[in-house]
Amino acid sequence: MNFFILSLIKVALVAFVLLTTLAYLQWIERKVIAHVQLRVGPYRVGPHGLLQPLADVVKLITKEGLIPSHVNKLFYLMAPFVAVTLALISISVIPFGPEIKIGPVTTWMQLTDLRIGILFVIAVSSIGVYGVALGGWASNNKYSLLGGLRSSAQMISYELPLALAVAAPLLLANTLSFREMVNYQSGYWLGFIPRWNLFPEILGFIVFMIAGFAETNRVPFDLPEAENELVAGFHTEYSSMNFAAFFMAEYANMVTVTAVATLLFLGGWQPPFPAPYSDVIPILVFALGGLVALYHGLNPARRMDKFTLPATALVFLGIAAIFGLSLFVAPLKPILMALFWFCGKVLVLLFVFIWVRATLPRFRYDQLMRFAWIGLFPLAMFNLLATSLIVALTTK
Amino acid sequence: MTALIFLIFAGIAVFCGVNLVVQTHPIASALSLIGVMGSLAVLYLQLGGEFIAAAQVIVYAGAIMVLFVFVIMLLNAGAETPTFQVSRFVKYLGAILLAFFLGLISFIIQGALPKSEGVLFGTFQGTALDVGRKLFTTYLLPFEVTSVLILIAIVGAIVLARKEV
Repeated sequence: MNFFILSLIKVALVAFVLLTTLAYLQWIERKVIAHVQLRVGPYRVGPHGLLQPLADVVKLITKEGLIPSHVNKLFYLMAPFVAVTLALISISVIPFGPEIKIGPVTTWMQLTDLRIGILFVIAVSSIGVYGVALGGWASNNKYSLLGGLRSSAQMISYELPLALAVAAPLLLANTLSFREMVNYQSGYWLGFIPRWNLFPEILGFIVFMIAGFAETNRVPFDLPEAENELVAGFHTEYSSMNFAAFFMAEYANMVTVTAVATLLFLGGWQPPFPAPYSDVIPILVFALGGLVALYHGLNPARRMDKFTLPATALVFLGIAAIFGLSLFVAPLKPILMALFWFCGKVLVLLFVFIWVRATLPRFRYDQLMRFAWIGLFPLAMFNLLATSLIVALTTK
Repeated sequence: MTALIFLIFAGIAVFCGVNLVVQTHPIASALSLIGVMGSLAVLYLQLGGEFIAAAQVIVYAGAIMVLFVFVIMLLNAGAETPTFQVSRFVKYLGAILLAFFLGLISFIIQGALPKSEGVLFGTFQGTALDVGRKLFTTYLLPFEVTSVLILIAIVGAIVLARKEV
């Protein structure tokens, strides 16, 4: 098929899935935090608040886009645009799966593979700070300005340990391309331990995740938007879709960080068990989920459960059936397996992000800086030096 | 296609470079500089220097310029007010003279250049591997000297910024 049309289809697919995920990530976040705090979370719009993201989007679009009179208009309007564009762009080099064949078409489950894919993601995320910094400055408001300043300082500081943590697995795999990175991590030690970078690079993984929290401005590093000191930080003056753009950028950054962590440290779409066992796991997971939902649907605790839970069970069992079917249909299997393991790992990491937000309090500003320069930076440096020593000794 | 992309980004680079000088507000100037660096990165990419392009964006646009913008915001520098008034006649005359001199300079440079094929797109050996190998073999001494220079700068910055004991 024409390269252009194929790319267009892939871009449309990825964009649709990504934007839907971003909307529903917020629902997941509210639900998880609510359950951690013994609340129910969004519950009114649709069953279990499932239509809440849709309602939020409609609300944000139909609201009046207010431009305060005291702002620098050009930069004020540019900032959310810059933030969301740069946040969404890095998904273009993330591979979701191996090379697949659909009928006559052979393609990779990835928009494009750059030889410097990892550097590209780092570059884009390092420019991403301009969105926040500009938004804070152009708002002409002291809270916003403080938020923007904090964000720039924080992102410069945490980019160093982040880049150093990324460099160590690059040394092991001797490549800058995500595709080759994942291929390097295929196979198993002793037949059952996956050859993921997580095991030799556990220190690097921890540093990467912590720095990732800071890069995405998430709790416990959400100083730029600390509610109790700065109102809403850099986006205090924003409303309507401009505000939504900042929000979307934050979630897109989260998805990028978790996807990169998955690709660099957790073996991308490689399953954690050898092939015959890992193939049945998705079926087991979805079937078990469906059966649990069915059981609670048959013994309802609330009135609505009689309808919602069996419906959920049906969906889960249907997915399990599709995975079961894929074992016998050759072209379907690599797609579904890769998607399951990749999305599963990303979702687990996203859950950790949300979990941490529900659990940890915020850092104080001096603690934040000290933690980066005295804690993380030497740790990442040590990890990089140790890795390079081992690589230098083992390669000829 | 490559020539078109080159023209577009070269144009953006020149425009941003002029804008950098023309703008009165420091933030607008800093952003123009980022535009220059971004379009330069695209030009490097076209030559085949992919690693250099990425390093350009990460180091210059992503780190150094963030620091610039940070300092400008911290000092809250306002728009510069022109210290002298220029009549309209002088402005127009200046524009014409500038165009004339630019044309003259480019004509002289073109005449002085040896006749060669010039730079071709994508011929530069610029993968991370090539750059690393060159850096640690052929250009080891300049590389180490630069590192020492940067180290001295860091130590100097700490000494200057340190509070008196």
